[in-house]
Amino acid sequence: MRSAKLWSWIALAAGMLYFFLPLIGMFEFSLRARRGEYSFDAYANVLADPRFRETFGYSVLMALFTIAFGILLVVPTVFWVRLKLPRWRPFIEFITLLPLVIPPIVIVFGYIRLYNTSSWLPLTGSAMGTNLLLMFGYTMLALPYMYRAVDTGLRTIDVQTLTEAAQSLGAGWITILSRLILPNVLVAVLSGAFLTFAIVIGEFVLAALLNRPAFGPYMVWMGSNKAYEPAALAVIAFGVTWVCMGLIQLVTRLSKHTRAQHR
Amino acid sequence: MTDLAPQDARRLSLPLNWFGVAPFLLFALLFLILPTAHIVLGAFRDVQGNFTLDNIRGLFTPSIMGAFWISIRISLLTAAFGCLAGFLIAAAITRGGLPQPLRGAMLTFSGVASNFAGVPLAFAFIATLGRLGFLTVILKEWFGLSLYGSGFNLISFLGLTLTYLYFQIPLMILIITPALDGLKREWREAAETLGASGFQYWRMVALPVLWPSFLGTFALLFANSFGAVATAMALTGSQLSIVPIILFAQIRGDVLQDPHLGYAIAFGMIVLTGVANVIYIVLRTRAERWVK
Repeated sequence: MRSAKLWSWIALAAGMLYFFLPLIGMFEFSLRARRGEYSFDAYANVLADPRFRETFGYSVLMALFTIAFGILLVVPTVFWVRLKLPRWRPFIEFITLLPLVIPPIVIVFGYIRLYNTSSWLPLTGSAMGTNLLLMFGYTMLALPYMYRAVDTGLRTIDVQTLTEAAQSLGAGWITILSRLILPNVLVAVLSGAFLTFAIVIGEFVLAALLNRPAFGPYMVWMGSNKAYEPAALAVIAFGVTWVCMGLIQLVTRLSKHTRAQHR
Repeated sequence: MTDLAPQDARRLSLPLNWFGVAPFLLFALLFLILPTAHIVLGAFRDVQGNFTLDNIRGLFTPSIMGAFWISIRISLLTAAFGCLAGFLIAAAITRGGLPQPLRGAMLTFSGVASNFAGVPLAFAFIATLGRLGFLTVILKEWFGLSLYGSGFNLISFLGLTLTYLYFQIPLMILIITPALDGLKREWREAAETLGASGFQYWRMVALPVLWPSFLGTFALLFANSFGAVATAMALTGSQLSIVPIILFAQIRGDVLQDPHLGYAIAFGMIVLTGVANVIYIVLRTRAERWVK
């Protein structure tokens, strides 16, 4: 048993070393912009770059739209499948897993061919249409996570009884969804939303191939043109990922806390 | 009449029920299924739209075969090593008798790291193992060890493998930890009562139970690394001929000068990641028999 503990420490230490070195490396590198001393010049350069602000803002906006659309699409579907179509569940679940099976680059290839200017739905013909297509693409990328989160959230409540109770009090479908189901799965929805945000903010392939001015393509452009700024961007992106994951943990923990108090 | 009424109601409500999922089905059809189907069909069509196998045959030229081969090798290697390292770390935090907070910290970090892929990850590795990277400089100044002098290059098979492992290992940790938790204490005690050593317990009890999870995760990691585009693009530009990079260049500017060959490459990617994922799903259902 002693030696097992020793080996565990060794495995963990090796893992930590591998995980932390690139983080330290990127942080140290991002401080090197000024010759001979450490400084935050690279960050200042990045933050002062109007293209950083534009692309980051664009990606944040896309993330928010994707989250809103994803919630509108997923919550009613999960609710309806639970309530009326339990037999369809494996089928719907299978569809939501497809974005993990088919590489995103293949799907966006299909978008470009299917929705070009000479097709029946010329989405790529205008900037607005392409933005819309990109949002649909992001929703598709986030679908496995969003669906699973909401599905797990709904599992803990008795959908059937709650819906019947609401209906007997005269509530319509919209009221049921917005005032009964959504508050009950809020934690799950928020978890899905933060994960979606983390995915969308640094996404590269879809944005690059659809030619939209998003943060991912901007980072790649910086990578091939600047030395220290990319490391600063990586630190910023890593920070965004951490904040998103931290918020997921926070809302999950808070909900457990309040639930325990209710009992 | 009264007898028929409930039956009638049921029959009427049946075809209407699926309306509730119609928006979802429409979305899936338009932005998931049709685009994929278009690519798959395109792989079997020539420019005039007739059925042909020439595009698929076009895959078997040395340059494209070579790209597939490098991609497959990188994916196999990162999946195998990711599984092994992830398993060791997961075993250490679940079974190794380490302080409990370490386990939570490691799992949280894995959640972050498995999502920290793409462009920023490539930058982090360039900043660490690039020609002027943090580790490269330290090794040279402190130990007199020249990484690049000894033939290492981040823009290479090895460099890409090292980088991919950064999201592969955490993914393995996240998936295998619940499976390790599912190993019941009684099994170990029973094995020890019967005189098994620790090694024998792992070889004859724990590993056979974990085997489906192990192989399943291996398949998932394979697909995960095979489809990764952004990390490779940001790390190597277009210097390394792996499948996703070739497809990216082809979509951008028809570098192969044959649009339908692009469809065929995409089709090849779907087949490989598809098969890997099917293996994962089948094995995971099998693994869940034990982990309850």
